[in-house]
Parts: sequence; C-alpha cells; structure tokens
Amino acid sequence: MYSNKVIDHGTPARPGPATVTVQIDGAAVTVPAGTSVLRAAVDAGVRIPKLCATDSLEAFGSCRLCLVEVEGRRGFPASCTTPCEPGMRVRTQSKRLADLRRGVMELYISDHPLDCLTCPANGNCELQDMAGVTGLREVRYGQDGANHLTGAKDTSNPYFSFDPTKCIVCSRCVRACDEVQGTFALTVQGRGFDSKIAAGPVDFMASECVSCGACVQACPTATLIEKSIAEQGQPDHAVVTTCAYCGVGCSFRAEMKGAEVVRMVPHKDGKANHGHSCVKGRFAWGYATHPDRIRTPMVRDRITDPWREVTWDEAIAHAAREIRRIQDRHGRDSVGGITSSRCTNEETYLVQKLVRAAFGNNNVDTCARVCHSPTGYGLKTTLGESAGTQDFDSVEHSDCIVVIGANPTDGHPVFASRMKQRLRQGAKLIVVDPRRIDLVRTPHVVADFHLQLRPGTNVAVLNALAHVVVTEGLAKEDYVRARCEAAEYEKWKTFIALPKNSPEALEAETGVPAAQIRGAARLYATAGNAAIYYGLGVTEHSQGSTTVMAIANLAMATGNIGRPGVGVNPLRGQNNVQGSCDMGSFPHELPGYRHVADAATRERFAARWGVTLQDEPGLRIPNMFDAAIDGSFKALYVQGEDIAQSDPDTQHVQKALESLECLIVQDIFLNETAKYAHVFLPGSSFLEKDGTFTNAERRISPVRKVMPPLAGLADWEVTMALANALGYPMHYRHPAEIMAEIAELTPTFAGVSYDKLDRLGSIQWPCNDAAPEGTPVMHEQQFVRGKGRFVVTDYVATPERTSRRFPLILTTGRILSQYNVGAQTRRTGNTAWHRADELEIHPHDAEQRGIRDGDMVSLQSRKGETTLRAVVTERMQPGVVYTTFHHPESGVNVVTTENSDWATNCPEYKVTAVQVVLQAHKSDWQLGFAQAAEQQIGLLPGRARRGEGG
Amino acid sequence: MHESRSQAVPVDPAAERAAIEAAIEQCRDLRGATLPMLHAIQDRLGYVPAAAVDAIAAACNLSRADVHGVLTFYHDFRTAPPGRHVLKVCRAEACQAMGCERLERHLADRCGIAMRGTTADGALTVEPVYCLGNCALSPSVLLDGRLHGRVTPERLDALLAAAEARA
Ligand code: SF4
Ligand code: SF4
Ligand code: SF4
Ligand code: FES
Ligand code: FES
Repeated sequence: MYSNKVIDHGTPARPGPATVTVQIDGAAVTVPAGTSVLRAAVDAGVRIPKLCATDSLEAFGSCRLCLVEVEGRRGFPASCTTPCEPGMRVRTQSKRLADLRRGVMELYISDHPLDCLTCPANGNCELQDMAGVTGLREVRYGQDGANHLTGAKDTSNPYFSFDPTKCIVCSRCVRACDEVQGTFALTVQGRGFDSKIAAGPVDFMASECVSCGACVQACPTATLIEKSIAEQGQPDHAVVTTCAYCGVGCSFRAEMKGAEVVRMVPHKDGKANHGHSCVKGRFAWGYATHPDRIRTPMVRDRITDPWREVTWDEAIAHAAREIRRIQDRHGRDSVGGITSSRCTNEETYLVQKLVRAAFGNNNVDTCARVCHSPTGYGLKTTLGESAGTQDFDSVEHSDCIVVIGANPTDGHPVFASRMKQRLRQGAKLIVVDPRRIDLVRTPHVVADFHLQLRPGTNVAVLNALAHVVVTEGLAKEDYVRARCEAAEYEKWKTFIALPKNSPEALEAETGVPAAQIRGAARLYATAGNAAIYYGLGVTEHSQGSTTVMAIANLAMATGNIGRPGVGVNPLRGQNNVQGSCDMGSFPHELPGYRHVADAATRERFAARWGVTLQDEPGLRIPNMFDAAIDGSFKALYVQGEDIAQSDPDTQHVQKALESLECLIVQDIFLNETAKYAHVFLPGSSFLEKDGTFTNAERRISPVRKVMPPLAGLADWEVTMALANALGYPMHYRHPAEIMAEIAELTPTFAGVSYDKLDRLGSIQWPCNDAAPEGTPVMHEQQFVRGKGRFVVTDYVATPERTSRRFPLILTTGRILSQYNVGAQTRRTGNTAWHRADELEIHPHDAEQRGIRDGDMVSLQSRKGETTLRAVVTERMQPGVVYTTFHHPESGVNVVTTENSDWATNCPEYKVTAVQVVLQAHKSDWQLGFAQAAEQQIGLLPGRARRGEGG
Repeated sequence: MHESRSQAVPVDPAAERAAIEAAIEQCRDLRGATLPMLHAIQDRLGYVPAAAVDAIAAACNLSRADVHGVLTFYHDFRTAPPGRHVLKVCRAEACQAMGCERLERHLADRCGIAMRGTTADGALTVEPVYCLGNCALSPSVLLDGRLHGRVTPERLDALLAAAEARA
C-alpha cells in the first residue's frame, strides 16, 4: 500500500469553484461541491475509519467501516459515498458507530491470518491500523469457520507478490487497474463467500497485467506487496525525486532505509503523474547498484590495451592533457563534446559550457539529434518555441485526440493512462501509424480512425488532412486572421488546396483510403478541442521537420493552439531530452534556443563566462563522425550517451570512433561506446546527485540525491574537474548555483530557482516575471514568435525505396518494459518481459518466405545484416516489418541507413528497405560484435570484470 | 463455475471453435453482449471452454479478466463438458434445514465427487443450486432438468439408476 505516513483523503478531490460548508464533529469545514463527507472530515482533521476507499479511486462503499451519523437522517450512511450538502451536521463517533465498526472489523479479522508480527506490511497496513482505531480486542467467531487462509501465493511477477490469504476483497486493486491504469487486468472472481481477486483465468505474469504497480499501491493489506519490501523491510524515510526513464517525468517518493532504496512509489502530488507510474520507474531501478557499475576511473593509450584503474585526479589530468595536446596539433576545432538527455539540466549546461568556454568551439551536440531535433526546428519556425504547447493535464479537456507516430502505451505509459481515461469518457481518437498499435483497439478504447499509412508518407497524409480542412471550408478563418501571418497563410492555403494534395490523389502513395482521411479531417476540425500528440514516428524521417511543420499548420488552421485541451505535443523520449535541448546542447544554439550568431546573446554569455565565443555553429554528431574519419576531428567527450549503439549505420560510427585519438566516456556502465574509449570516467545515476530534469510538458522537476555517488563524484563534479584541469575555472558548490547561472542568462528560465522548486514542486517554463509560477499552456494570447507562420510543406518521398532486392520496409521503436538502448532495463527484472529484440512481420510476408512464428531470420539492408527471431503478427501491415533496438547484440542499427532529415540530420530510423530470409546463424557483424565484447571485458581490471560477468 | 476442468469427458476443439464463433456472431450487436455470448456457447456445447474467454474479450473489446469475472459470477456456467447426466442439488435454507448435506455426503461416498464435479466415468455431473422454488418439498434436486422433492439417499440412488438405464 501507499505509505501511511502520507495522508489519504479517502476520495478524490473535486475540482471547481463552488463550495459547501458542513459541520464535522462540531467543526465547520468548507470544501468544493461534490466532496465526500469522508474527505471533508480529513480536511477538518478527523480521520474516519475506512478500508475500501482511497483518494486515488472513486468511492465504492463496500466495507461499511466509514459509517457516520448525519443529523436529521435515519441510519448510518457511508461517508465515502455521501457527498457534503450545505449545512450538514455529521457525527463521526458514537457508541453505536463504534459497535458497528468493531463488528465489521471482527468479521474481516475472523478470516485473516493473525501473523502481523511477521507480515511484510507490518507497520504500514491499513487493516492493522483499522483494527487499532476501532478498538478490536477479540474475534468472537474464532478462526475455525470456513475461511480463505489456505490460498496459494502468486509470485509470478518479478516485482510484487499476491497472497490471497490476506485479501479482504475490497477491490481497490481491481478499481486501480481499471480507473487509474486502464488495463482491466484484474477482476473479482466468483461471488459471495467464494469471491477472490484474480488476474483473469491465469497468474499475474501470464495475464494482461503490465506491472504498473497501481494495484500494489492501492492494496490496504499485504496481499499485493513489493518483493523489495518483503525482503528489505519497511522504509525509514522518503525523498521526493523524478524518474530517470522517459519524457513523462513522473515524480516519485524514493523510500529509503539509510542510503538504500527500499522502493520507489509514485508521488501523489507529482503534477506530471498524479500518483501513477509505469513498470520502469516504479520497479526497474535496481540497475543503479548493479555489480556492472564501474566505480573507478580508468585510462589506456590504445583501445586494444587493458584498462588501468587510476585516481580521479590522474584520469582528469590525463584527459585534459590529451585535449590540449590534440588542440595544439590539430587546431582548436578538432575536439568536441556530446551532452546527455539522461543527465540533469545542470550537468548538460556544464558540458556545453565546457565545450564553448574551455574547448573554445561550438562542437557540442546531443542525442536529441537522433530523435527530436525536427521538433525543435519545426515548432520554432511555425510557433516560435521549440517545445510542446500543453501540460499533460490538458488532455482532460480534449474532445478529439490525434496520435501520430507515437505508441504512448509503450513509450509514455503514464500519460497513455491519462489519455485512455479521457477516451473512456468519450473523447474521439485518430491514430496515424503504420502499425496497429495498442491504442487502436485495447479494452474499453477503440480508435475512431486508424490511418494505417505506408512508412515515410507522413507529410502526404498531413497534407491530405489539411486539404480537406481547407477545401471543405473547415478552417477557422477568424482565428487565423487574428493570430497568423496573413500572406504566408494565403500562400499555404493555395498550395494545400492543389489537387495533388487531395486524399484521392495521394491514396496510392500513402495507402490510406481517401474516405478515411476525409472522415478524420472533419472529425479533427469540428470536434471542439482537438489535440495532436506525436512521437519519433514523425521526426525520424527524411522529412521529419516538414512533418512537424505540417502538424503545426493543421493545428493553426483549425484554431487548435492556445488553450487547454488542444495543442501540438511532442512526446519526448528520454527523461531530459527537452532539458538538454533547452540547455544549449546544439552546436548552433546557446541555452534558451538562441543562435550563436545572435551577437547580443553571445556577448552576454561571453561576458558572464569571461571568454570569447565563436559565432559560427559547430559540428553536429554526424559531421563529427565524418570529420573523425577524414582526420580533422580527433577527440570527443561523451557524457552519458551510447552513440555506438543508438546511432544509425553502426559500422560507420564504429569506424569514426576508432579514428579518434582520444575518446573520453563518462557513463555508469561500460557501454558500447566505452569499448572505443581511452579515458573512462564513472558516472552517477539519478539517485546519486541533485539537479533537475525537464519533461515533455516543459516541466522542470527536482532530482534529489538519496545516496552518495558510487564512484565518489556526481557527473556535474566531473565536468567541473575537467574544466578546471583545462585551465578554465568552474567552482559551483551545488547544482543550485548552476541553476542560478542558467536563470540569470536565459529569459525563459529567469524565475526558476531551487527554492521555488522546493516550494512549488515543479515549474513549467517559461517562468519569468510575466509568469512567475510557470506556464502550463503556451501561446495563449499570441504565438511566441508573434504571428504564427504557415509553411508550405511539399511532400517529397524518401530516397529510401523498396526494390526487388529489398522489398520490405523496416521501421523501429520500443516497448514498455525496456528503455532505449536498454543499458538500465536490461539490468533489471524487466528482462522477464523482453529478453531479446524480435522482428514483427505480417503473416502474409512470413508465409511467402516460409517463416513461422519463432523462426530465426536474417534482416538485411544495403547497409548490413543481422539475425533475430521473428514474431508473426497482424499488428503489422503487409510489406512492413518492425523491431526494437534495446539489445546491442541484435545490432538493428547495423541495418538502418545514413538517410536523415533535410533540416536537422535527424536519422531516418523509421524507413529502411530490407529483405527478410530464414537464417539460423548470426551475421558476421554479430559474431564480430560478440568477439569484440568479450575482448573488451577481458581488458577490464579484475575487480570490474567480475562485476561485468555477474 | 469454480471447478477446474475434469478430464472425464473428452472435448472436441473444432466443435468448440465453431460454437464460439457462431455464438459471437449471433450476439455481436447486442448491448452487453458478454453474458448472451456465454449463454449461447453453453447452450451449444453444454459448457464454456477456456478459449471462449479470449474470443469474447477480443470481440467485445474487453479484457480477459472482465470476461473471466462475468463467467465466474454466475453459478450456471461450466468450464468443462458435463457428464451424461446433470444433477443439481439445492443448498439453500429450506433444503439445508431438511438435510441436504445427507445427500451431499451420500454423493461423495457413492460417486467420489464433492458438490461440484464430474465422475471419472463421465456418467454424472453434480452442481449446487440455491433454491429451486420447491421449498415445501425440500430437500430438492434437479436431475437432467426434472425436479424431484423430498429426496432421500435411497431415492436419489433410484433416480440415478433409472436415468442411467434410460441413457
Ligand atoms: S500492476 Fe498495474 S496492470 Fe498489473 S494488475 Fe496491477 S494495476 Fe493492473
Ligand atoms: S488484493 Fe488488496 S486491494 Fe485487492 S481486494 Fe485484496 S485487499 Fe483489497
Ligand atoms: S512513465 Fe516514464 S517517467 Fe513515468 S515511471 Fe514510467 S518511465 Fe518513469
Ligand atoms: S470506506 Fe466507505 S464503505 Fe469502505
Ligand atoms: S431451499 Fe431448496 S428448493 Fe428452496
């Protein structure tokens, strides 16, 4: 259950301005209309006993423990299901009530094992607490009657267990799974005395359960309980921090015992997640103390040499010496750095500052290059700000939700649950995706339209949608006239109305029936509040930036920007990809998305940092690789990113890394990139440092240190040491001082401080004098750039075409239980759900090739080949295959190509022409990879190697 | 429906599939189609096979757990084929007062099955019911759909023997 140190209000808050005043045990309390008596009592400081109610769920009224007396009414109404009415006088204690409550408890306890002292929930159990407050002293029925004390425990889930003998059948778990998570994996089996909670006809692991943990939090007993609590005992204190996995940025209570995490529980006051979580943040944190963690700095001269463990001072001095030596020989621009979307804002800021001020160039880039760089470009061009327009709560006001190239139930699960809540309330849903993702049809949710386009035709589909809006007179001309540039709009309108953009004309190209496009366009334009959510299926294309602008065009034309319920919302992949972009990680932009050529901004930074700054953009990641191969780029500092695994065209990347004279890798594990490194600086996990992450809704949330860094230094301290060794002084005593500098130099962050974060919990930028508490919804009065700008979005097919040799299209993505390159999740119990990357293929394509479900197949492109297991599924459309990239040895990016977005070089992961054939053995690349991996582990010093092996 | 599948009576997977498909087709457009679908399947097969849960969940866009909950809520559904004869023994108040446990005990001794199950030879399935509306003549049983009152162990033996002779 949730910690009993946190107040449970019993029933959910009721929003709204109207209030009622009631008397509870003689004290007056004023609450929003619709508030239950139970909740009002908590507000008045009175805790009415309860068992089946909790504030994350609608009241159910089954346990009869929360009975009260209401003056002038007969009987004993349940306070959880009784709304407050004006003037109501409630009595929560009387002899009669005490007897009734004790009677209820007696019945529960007569069928409950009396092993409180050895129970894992001891000290944090509502049933135990209720036995206490109701004054239960004896159980007259004895325990010899018919009971449920012999049920078998279900331990199939890696993270929690289900012990039916302790269950009181309050159904909080079932309701949590239905209402909060929206998976409907649990039910009350049977009825009456036979009632029992069941995950359908099977155990938890074989059921539909996605292991979000909502039922475990909701359970008032030890029936559903974290295995970590059973093993380690109850926590002694808790620290509020932020999940380090995805861009939802859930707030968590790290429940601790000394410096040991006992469990992570989603924080009820977290504004991104409101007390919900997914399997990753909730349970998959064990990697932080995994034996594979490297705890000592290491250096070597050549990448074929064994690593030497050295002190921090030696490692830092060595790295600094190498950088200066290389710059002396090959010029100032021969070195660069890569920031991480996994690290904090403060750390990212420091790395780009190090590159610009200490290296003296603009050769800094970030992993957002390979995911959301087109978002930055596209939204900046059209709306004026490189970020999503809404907060997550906005979805509660949406009447129509469009999901394009995103798979929220896997990629952004907690937000997906919110979205599904709204869809179950009746909002309409349009899914634009080559695959039949879960949202298309999942229990109690069905998409109204699924535009199952051919990969690579996003712009064509969006143009066709806009064509319908414009030619059928559905555009909101008033809105556009008031808020957008008129001339550009007219130009766009003329373009989009051309017959070549009609759904009929594009049908052959996109594969989407024109009638569906027309239907979807009408729905989007006329539903009321319509919101677009999109993901990497939009950006990772040769026309990624064009697609983002086409989305913005469509939203502006229909007046769907600038209020709750609407907007254009990129679902950011990594926890801090928004933040790393905000912090000036791109070679052409200083923090706050200001171009390095902008003299005024540059001067401010130069003055504050005491250096002169280059006014020309530096190298992007792909340029760095090319320059490394041609010999002009020699040293790279990579913080917390595994470019060797995550970037496309692996063999090209490997060649580039091998060409470097000095590669400095800072990471918590010896990742793939580290295998090419000369200096290894051990990183720190999110549990080991203070800082902030910024999520997909621009929300800056605190990350708090709960344990000392395993290797002695937090990542920001390492960057600082490197700067100092390079002769550029950095002396921050705490990340709060770094944030103060960011706020001083960045207008959108001007009002952000650690004090304010402590006070408000989190802040959505822009935060400044105009919006001192932050900005949930952007572009409310006008667009950030002034007038919104329509951009003509010509559809240009990707050069990547299928051919006789490569007749299928490969698209890539991820799944719920694994995260990105898998460095963390592969080192947790989550492997129970996903042990290896698999290739999804349509039955028709499989049959043609003689492939059966579970066969090993070779996936081949003009770039390379790799062998993996096939899954035959109708989620795919014929002609398209799909896989994930969570495991290095599957080498999916050996197959992807060098194609990229025209504006930002974001790689085209989502379209590769491939062939699939039956193949039992591994590809040459995989054999080479396995050999090299083994070799590298052999080069680790003994102590670290034992870790890698274990 | 709480008894696990008995192996006593063989199942025909093809017939199961056909019955499930037909039942789903027949009820697809009804509101709250789950219960009618389950009934239609039991009408066709005499029981609701495990595969029906997945099929109904998919057809009605429910979770498997949703369907499992409905299936187990009603005592009438069986998850395994019944024996050649079905005996429902009333266990509600009047019949309890008039000694239905004697019948239960007798069945356990005679056929080796408790209040829910099918004999190893596939001859008889026993199920509890709660009031057959025949309280004045309790204890009551329903054998292959025919009501009998004032049933003693001896009469029960005779009824079962007669039924088996007819079959
Ligand atoms: S862990 Fe989540 S998905 Fe699984 S049963 Fe519990 S609430 Fe449902
Ligand atoms: S498992 Fe827990 S939450 Fe679910 S019914 Fe039992 S006691 Fe209540
Ligand atoms: S949804 Fe994202 S931020 Fe939230 S717990 Fe899961 S991985 Fe963490
Ligand atoms: S808490 Fe109100 S009835 Fe259970
Ligand atoms: S109680 Fe058995 S028939 Fe009514």
